[in-house]
Amino acid sequence: MSDYMKKKVRIAGFLFLSFNIIVGLIYWGIIDEYTAQILTFAGINVIIALSLNLISGFTGQLALGHAGFMAIGAYSTAALVMQLQVPNLPAILVGGVVTAIFGFVIGFPTLRLKGDYLAIVTLGFGEIIRVLMINAEKITGGAAGLKGIPSFTKNISLNPVLSFIWVFLFMAGTIILISNLIRSSHGRAIISIREDEIASNAMGVNVFYYKMFSFTLSAFIAGIGGGLYALFFGYLNPTMFNFLKSCDFLVIVVLGGMGSIVGTVATGFILTYLQEFLRFLQDYRLVIYPLILIIIMLFKPTGLIGLVEDIKKWRRRTFPDQKGHLKAGERS
Amino acid sequence: MGVGQQFLQQMVNGIALGSIYALIALGYTMVYGIVQLINFAHGDILMLGAFAGFFVLVAAAVAVTPLTFIAAFLVAMLVCAIIGIIIERACYKPLRNAPRINALITAIGVSIFIENGARVIPQIGPNPRQYPTLPNISYNLAGVGISRMQAIVFLVSIALMLLLNYIINYTKIGKAMRAVSYDRGAALLMGINVNKVISFTFAIGSALAAAAGILFASAYPQVEPYMGIMPGLKAFVAAVLGGIGSIPGAMAGGFIMGIAETLTKGFISSQLADAIAFGILIIILVVKPTGILGRNVSEKV
Repeated sequence: MSDYMKKKVRIAGFLFLSFNIIVGLIYWGIIDEYTAQILTFAGINVIIALSLNLISGFTGQLALGHAGFMAIGAYSTAALVMQLQVPNLPAILVGGVVTAIFGFVIGFPTLRLKGDYLAIVTLGFGEIIRVLMINAEKITGGAAGLKGIPSFTKNISLNPVLSFIWVFLFMAGTIILISNLIRSSHGRAIISIREDEIASNAMGVNVFYYKMFSFTLSAFIAGIGGGLYALFFGYLNPTMFNFLKSCDFLVIVVLGGMGSIVGTVATGFILTYLQEFLRFLQDYRLVIYPLILIIIMLFKPTGLIGLVEDIKKWRRRTFPDQKGHLKAGERS
Repeated sequence: MGVGQQFLQQMVNGIALGSIYALIALGYTMVYGIVQLINFAHGDILMLGAFAGFFVLVAAAVAVTPLTFIAAFLVAMLVCAIIGIIIERACYKPLRNAPRINALITAIGVSIFIENGARVIPQIGPNPRQYPTLPNISYNLAGVGISRMQAIVFLVSIALMLLLNYIINYTKIGKAMRAVSYDRGAALLMGINVNKVISFTFAIGSALAAAAGILFASAYPQVEPYMGIMPGLKAFVAAVLGGIGSIPGAMAGGFIMGIAETLTKGFISSQLADAIAFGILIIILVVKPTGILGRNVSEKV
């Protein structure tokens, strides 16, 4: 077994173990319901932030309407569960497919072009979809919102632990999907588009195809996140999915480091957790978030994960004896 | 009122609204032409301009006179020009050679920062406020009503566009702007102070946005921190429609957008008026991404 595989198996084992421990702790009530809820919510945020990272961090195309995708997934899942009595799992997956179709329709005219049209089109889409949802009262309940979406289970005492399991299995699936995709030849093609569109085109990468692929997949995952959100919260309102919601995901991706899965997962949990404790900041949070975006972009575009890398490099340089050898290109 | 008359009425409303969009679109298109950046904060500069004018009008007198109205314009345009320069120097200049997505994220950050910053400041606050305007008079032209505000909006916009046209085509700094947007590297080699030209472009764009902000706020008489988002988005669509980077294109695109919006409001549905802008954007991107007056530039490696 190669070193890389060993490391992978070790990480998977560690995650599996910690997942089981957390499930047990929630089940026995050692982690209280409130904390379990925050953890579950963080899991949903991570799923959607990962989908945004796929299109913005790995493919290099800024998308600003993921709250809109989330809303489509949430409302279609809710409609399927409530009006057609579809079981949860197919409802969530169909919600994802519906969202992916929307992503395809938006991406098709936009991604053919060079330049930053995707940012403005997704931004506009996010605003328009909210207006449409307020007007489509039959499906969405209009501005008053959609109440009484059935949760993952009818057993109230089991609800926290089951929501946690559902969301975390989907999150694990997303992480595995994206990290394997990125290491495949398709993923390499996607990254090459971010690095240089013209050069990758010259190398025979079908730029339009891979941009579409990445964007549609991103919409699909965001839709699944939305479906989980609908079942987890049990209440939907079009105003939940405003532009600031899209920005929350962007902040998670940028702060964690664009194009880093570990960074997104870690920041997703940290920020969701902090948000609960910084509620007293209220409106000021809305000022701090954009400041984070600006400061990160100006001073450390690689985000927290870049910072961690810098610290590691510094340690290797300062204490060469303890940490073995330097990587290629590093000076002692 | 017959359909024909209603159509003319909506055309008048559309031209008035379109001239505001054209003013905003000019700022987008000039900035894009010179640094290839979608300045998301442009709509929010409009909001700041509207508020700057608001404070002047409130401080000056109880009733708005033409003189205080002009003073509000001058102050707002000056304040926003300075804000535009500060934003460019502090946020966009360090990222001029960074990947495009970094500059875009910074721009969106600046935009949200201005919006929510305005919400937090107690003098502005989150609630919409009544905008002081000149007392309204309506002129009747063959059954078509034209309000005095609409006439002012149209005349001020046309005057500013003519002024801009003069600056760009007949002054030295205008020549420098055209040179920088054509080829920044070559312009630098010819001894043009590129930083100064870029700052000047942001200043002009922001001043136009400020003027548009006062006109927009007077037409709808209210101001609030998020008022810039929708006109900003629509004006961007107008800029793309006319061909991004092209100044006559932005003017034409603005008028087309305004007319399309009021016709939708008048004849189809007022709720769809926002969606129509989005539909137009998608159609242009499919049919002619370079816009009506845009040039087709092939990228050299």
